[in-house]
Amino acid sequence: MTAKLPPPQRKNPLLPTRQPLLPPSSRSRTALGLTAAAAEGRFALQVCADCGAVQYPPREACHACLGANLPWREVPAGGALIAETTVRITADPYFRQRTPWRTGIVALDCGPSVVAHLHGDVVPDGRVRMTLRLDKSGQGVMLALPGQDTPDMQDDRQMREMTCDPKGRRVLVTDGRNAFGQAMARAFIDVGAAGVFVGVADAWKPFPGQDKLAGEVVPLDITDTDSVHRLAASLGGRVEILVNTALHVRPGGILDRRDTVTAREEMEATYFGPMRLAQAFGPVLRSRGADGTHPACAWVNILSAYALAPTPTFGAFAATQAAALSLAHSLRAELRPLRVVNALVGPLDDEWHQAVPPPKVAPAALAASVLRALRDGIEDLAVGDIAQDLLARWKDNPTTLARELAAG
Amino acid sequence: MSLRAAYDGVVAAVPVTVPYERYSIHGAHWWIGRALHEAVRVAGLRPRDIDGLCVSSFSLGNDTAVGLTQHFGLSPRWLDHIPMGGAAGVVGLRRAARAVQMGDADIVACVAGDTNAPDSFRRMLAGFSRFAADASYPYGAGGPNASFALLTDAYMRRYGATREDFGRICVAQRQNALSFPHALMKRPLTMEQYLAARPIADPVALFDCVMPCAGAEAFLVMREDTARAMGLPGVRVLATIERHNAFPEDPIQLRGGWAMDCGELYAMAGLTPDGIDVVQTYDDYPVIIMLQFEDLGFCAKGEAPAFVRHHDLTCGGTFPHNTSGGQLSVGQAGAAGGYLGLVEAMRQITGQALGAQVAGAKTALAAGFGMINYDRGLCSGAAILAAA
Repeated sequence: MTAKLPPPQRKNPLLPTRQPLLPPSSRSRTALGLTAAAAEGRFALQVCADCGAVQYPPREACHACLGANLPWREVPAGGALIAETTVRITADPYFRQRTPWRTGIVALDCGPSVVAHLHGDVVPDGRVRMTLRLDKSGQGVMLALPGQDTPDMQDDRQMREMTCDPKGRRVLVTDGRNAFGQAMARAFIDVGAAGVFVGVADAWKPFPGQDKLAGEVVPLDITDTDSVHRLAASLGGRVEILVNTALHVRPGGILDRRDTVTAREEMEATYFGPMRLAQAFGPVLRSRGADGTHPACAWVNILSAYALAPTPTFGAFAATQAAALSLAHSLRAELRPLRVVNALVGPLDDEWHQAVPPPKVAPAALAASVLRALRDGIEDLAVGDIAQDLLARWKDNPTTLARELAAG
Repeated sequence: MSLRAAYDGVVAAVPVTVPYERYSIHGAHWWIGRALHEAVRVAGLRPRDIDGLCVSSFSLGNDTAVGLTQHFGLSPRWLDHIPMGGAAGVVGLRRAARAVQMGDADIVACVAGDTNAPDSFRRMLAGFSRFAADASYPYGAGGPNASFALLTDAYMRRYGATREDFGRICVAQRQNALSFPHALMKRPLTMEQYLAARPIADPVALFDCVMPCAGAEAFLVMREDTARAMGLPGVRVLATIERHNAFPEDPIQLRGGWAMDCGELYAMAGLTPDGIDVVQTYDDYPVIIMLQFEDLGFCAKGEAPAFVRHHDLTCGGTFPHNTSGGQLSVGQAGAAGGYLGLVEAMRQITGQALGAQVAGAKTALAAGFGMINYDRGLCSGAAILAAA
C-alpha cells in the first residue's frame, strides 16, 4: 500500500537543490499521438481501420494486415502485469536521480504488450488499469495503476512524477478580484494546499467577495511589470503551482470598438500579463522543478475556448485569447519540467456575458475542473459544455469551425 | 517444406579475435581494420584477394560496409552489411557460405567490430531503435539490463527458475574464461559472489550482465579446396537457420525463433542434439541461454533450470558450453559479440582453442540472438559446424 506522503519539510539550505532534469524525450512523430491522448487524460492507441487490430508501439502500418489507416481510438485499458523489474542502475541522469524505478510489461486485454511505469500498488500477476500520462519531458507514457483504487494512491512516488497534486504545495492565484480566482483559492485550500497566495491589484478598491476571500492576499497587478517582478522577488521561490485567473473579457466585435484602446487593454491583461508572469516567475519555478518532495509542477492558464476560433460577437477578445494560447504553447517548451495546463473555458457566468444564454461556466465548476486536471496530470482540458463542443468541432475540422462561427 | 540446400564444398577458416579493451580511443574502423589485417596475415593472403566482405558494427557512425571498402582499399564483388547484433555471426556465415558456394565470391571476409568509449553505450541506447525510443527507453532508461530483467522475471515466474540456476551458467563460464587469454574478466567467480552481487534491474544482478567493451572478431569463408591448398584448417557448415520476429503473438518472449526452425536445423545437419560436442550460445543474460537450451532441443521447454542443475557446463564437463567464457566473461564488443561464439566454435573443433580445449570436439553448434527492438530479441540464428 502506498505510504502517506508527509507534508514538505523545511528545506536544508546546505543541501544542493536537485536539478530539474528531463527523462528521455525523443519520440517519432507518430508516437506523439500518445502525448496528445495523455494530455487529455484519454487512453487511446492506434486501431487499424481495416482489420481492427490494436497497435503498440505506434506504427505506420498495421502489424496484422499492413493497412496504413491507423486512427487513434480510445481502447479498453484493462490488462495483466506479466513481468516486472526494478531498475537500480541507469546511465540516464533523470532516472539516476530517481532509482529505484519500477517498470513492467502489461498484456493489455485489447491485444498489445506494453512496457509501462508501475504504480507502487500494482502487484505481479495482478490486474491493472493502464493510463496514459505526461512525464516530466511532456511526453505521453504508460502508467499502470492497480485494478482497484487504493488508499493514498495519489502519494505514490512514481505516479507523482506524472501528476501535479496540489496537496502540500503552495499556489499563487494571480487574481482574486473576480469570482473565479476566489473560487480557485477556496478549492486549493479545501484540497490541502500548503499555502494559497491570492493576487489582488489596487487593494484599496473594494470588490465583490472581498470579505470572504480565502488565502493570503498579495499585491499583484499583472498589467504592471514592476508589480509582477516585486512579487516574484519575494514569493517566486515559494510557489509550486501558478494559476493565472486574470480575466479581461469584453464583448464586442472589431467595428464596435472605433479605436484600439480597449483592445490594447485586453492585450495588456491577457497576453502581456501572462508574458510578464512567465518572465518573472517562470525561471524560478522551472529551476525548482525537481526540488524536494513537492517540487514546482504546474502553470495553469485559463483561456477562452474561442482562442481556437473566434466568435465575432467577442471578436477582439478572441484575438487576445488566440495570442495567449500561442504563448502558452511556447511556454510548454520553455517551462519543462513544469506542466503547462490550458483550461479552455466556454462563456463564463459573469457580468460580461449577460447577453449570452446558458450553459455558462460557474466559478466553482472551473475550479473543480482545474483541480481534477492537476491531480490526474492532464494538460489540455475544455471546461463546460460549450468549450467541449467547440473543441470537438475544432478537432473535426478547424476551418469549418471558423466558418460556422463567422456565420453566426 | 523442403530442406534448404546444403553448403557443399564450403568452409569457414581463420578465426580471428582482436583482443578486447574496456575503452578504446580508436574508432570501430580501426578495430575492424585490425581484424581484417590479422585474417589476411594468418591466411597468407593479400588484401585484394578478399573479393567478398561482410560487416557488422554499431559504431561506424554514418558508414556502412560500403564506406569500409574505400577505407580499407578493397574492391569486393560481393558486399553485405548485417545490422543484426548478436545474430550477425551466424547470418554472416550463412550468407557468405552461399555466396562462395554459388561462385559469387571466392574469399569472403566476415568481420564484426565495435569501439567503446565512456558514455558511448548510453548514447547508443537512447537512439537504438524507433520502438525503443518511443516505447521502452523512456521507462527507466535501464537499457538491455531492464529489458532482459523483464524476460528473466517472466521466465522465473513461469518455469520456476531460481537465481542459483542462472548463477550456475555464469560461474561455469567464468571458469572457462580463466584459461582464455582475451577474457577481460579473469577473477574466479563463486556462487556466493554471484548471488551477493550488486542488483542492477531485479532480478538481474551484476554478473548476469555483459560488459560493453571494444573489440573485433572475424573469419574467412572460402571453398574447401582453397583452404586445403592454403593449408588452413576449416570447418564445414552442416546447417544454419535464421528467423526474425518469431512468435509475435506471444505476450512476452519465453521462446526464440530457434523453436520455429530447430527441426530443420538438425535434419539438414543429419545430427541430433546428442551429436553436438561443443555448444556456444548467445549469452547476453543467462535467461537467453536457457531459452536456447530449450529451443535448440537440448531439453524440453521449461526444463533448462533442471538441465543446468544436472550438467557441468565447463570445458571439461558433461556439456561444454561457451568455452571461451562467452560475453559474460570475455566482454561484449558490440556486434563482435555475435561472432564470439562462432569464432570460438571454429577454434574448438579445429583444435585451435586459445584456452581450454574440449577433448575430441568434432562438431559444434553456435547460436545467435539479437536486437531488442522493443520488448524482445527479434533476430535468432544457429549454425552446426563440423571439422573439415
